[in-house]
Amino acid sequence: MLVINSIEKGIVIDHITAGLGAKILNYLDIDTSEHMIAFIMNAPSKKYGRKDMIKINDVTDIDLSDLGLIDPKATVNIIEGHKVVKKIRLEIPERVVDVIRCKNPRCVTSIEPNAPHVFVLIDKEEREYKCEYCDDIVSMKGDWQNEIMRKEWLRNKSRK
Amino acid sequence: MLKGRNLIEPMDLSVEELDEIFDLAEEIIKKPSEYSNICAGNLLATLFFEPSTRTRFSFEAAMLKLGGKVIGFSEPTSSSIAKGESIADTVRTVSCYADIIVMRHPKEGAPRIGAMVSEVPIINAGDGGHQHPTQTLTDLLTIRALKGGFSNLTIGLCGDLKFGRTVHSLMKALSRYENITFILISPKELVIPDYVRKEVLNKNGVKYEEVRKIEEVIHKLDILYMTRVQKERFFNEEDYVRLKDHYILDNEKMSLAREDMIVMHPLPRVNEIAVEVDNDPRAVYFKQAKYGMYVRMALIIKLLGLR
Repeated sequence: MLVINSIEKGIVIDHITAGLGAKILNYLDIDTSEHMIAFIMNAPSKKYGRKDMIKINDVTDIDLSDLGLIDPKATVNIIEGHKVVKKIRLEIPERVVDVIRCKNPRCVTSIEPNAPHVFVLIDKEEREYKCEYCDDIVSMKGDWQNEIMRKEWLRNKSRK
Repeated sequence: MLKGRNLIEPMDLSVEELDEIFDLAEEIIKKPSEYSNICAGNLLATLFFEPSTRTRFSFEAAMLKLGGKVIGFSEPTSSSIAKGESIADTVRTVSCYADIIVMRHPKEGAPRIGAMVSEVPIINAGDGGHQHPTQTLTDLLTIRALKGGFSNLTIGLCGDLKFGRTVHSLMKALSRYENITFILISPKELVIPDYVRKEVLNKNGVKYEEVRKIEEVIHKLDILYMTRVQKERFFNEEDYVRLKDHYILDNEKMSLAREDMIVMHPLPRVNEIAVEVDNDPRAVYFKQAKYGMYVRMALIIKLLGLR
């Protein structure tokens, strides 16, 4: 059995659907930061059978509200003094900016470099989003890995 | 209040606001001389990143007939885009000079970027295969003038329903009225995209059926809306050649239609309506082009807040 120690202060993203942990890591862009991170794949879970888990040491102020887009089942615990001080239940966001990249080659975002990529939720059940510019629909239930952008602000922040 | 607003897609305007524009357009048709100088001192800029003589002329004619002036470019090679300027910067700069901007761009959603940065109203004159709201206003004014309203109509839409933006915009706008039925006539390669099916038809509970041939359904129609199969929307020549001659309307098919049916077309027509149909009183597509100019005149006046 693999043992990862509890963290004194930081964020634990737990109950991630097995296989989605890498996508969350990629989105958060923390693999390139200087924080100590534990990434566990395929851990046993009573609820889901298998799960992924991410522990980020020393950081507690990351905006994780858009994580519900990738995996609404995941839970977020904020840890201070080895204790859970806050539990965040993820929700499917109504509108996301610069999280999903529009893949429609006819969309204006393919040629306008500074335009924010904006997607609006149109079907909560199917987790379908529509590009605000071209109306192209993407489902977050399908194979959407390439559409998720990296959250570069975190890297900028940790390297200051 | 329409003053200062943008028109990016037909749904930007409520049914009441549309009526306001159509009322004014009909008043201009009745008394054009009363409006011949209403836009004096105002400048309209036409930013055409993709050529379209017809739409550009319609806007320019509209502004000139209202006593305003016009500047602009008609293809990207003659604009700063050729030097690598972004859409946002181009629009922001032009909005410093003009009082209202008309914009056409081959990329979907480009006018929305314009609207984010512009100081003055932006009118979308077509963004790729996406939206073309002033064509929709044209179509709606034609329907209102010739059919007396928008409710209880059976509308056949024929041709390229996949890439034909005029069709998507019209369906979206008409889906807000009572008891509308669409009959979608197209080859299976060119059926309506999923987002139209989902967002427009299913969401609004609009009745529709899909068929492959005009002659199967023409007798049921109040309106037959024909569209061109556009070469530039295809990725390869072979597909274009194979599909372009389907769905041609001629006198033989017209003989199956009702006496009060009207035939509409956004123009330019290539060969999807035989020239022999032009003399049929039910063929209203050239009248429709004229309504297009009047509705643009009304729109310009409203967005500039002059009436």
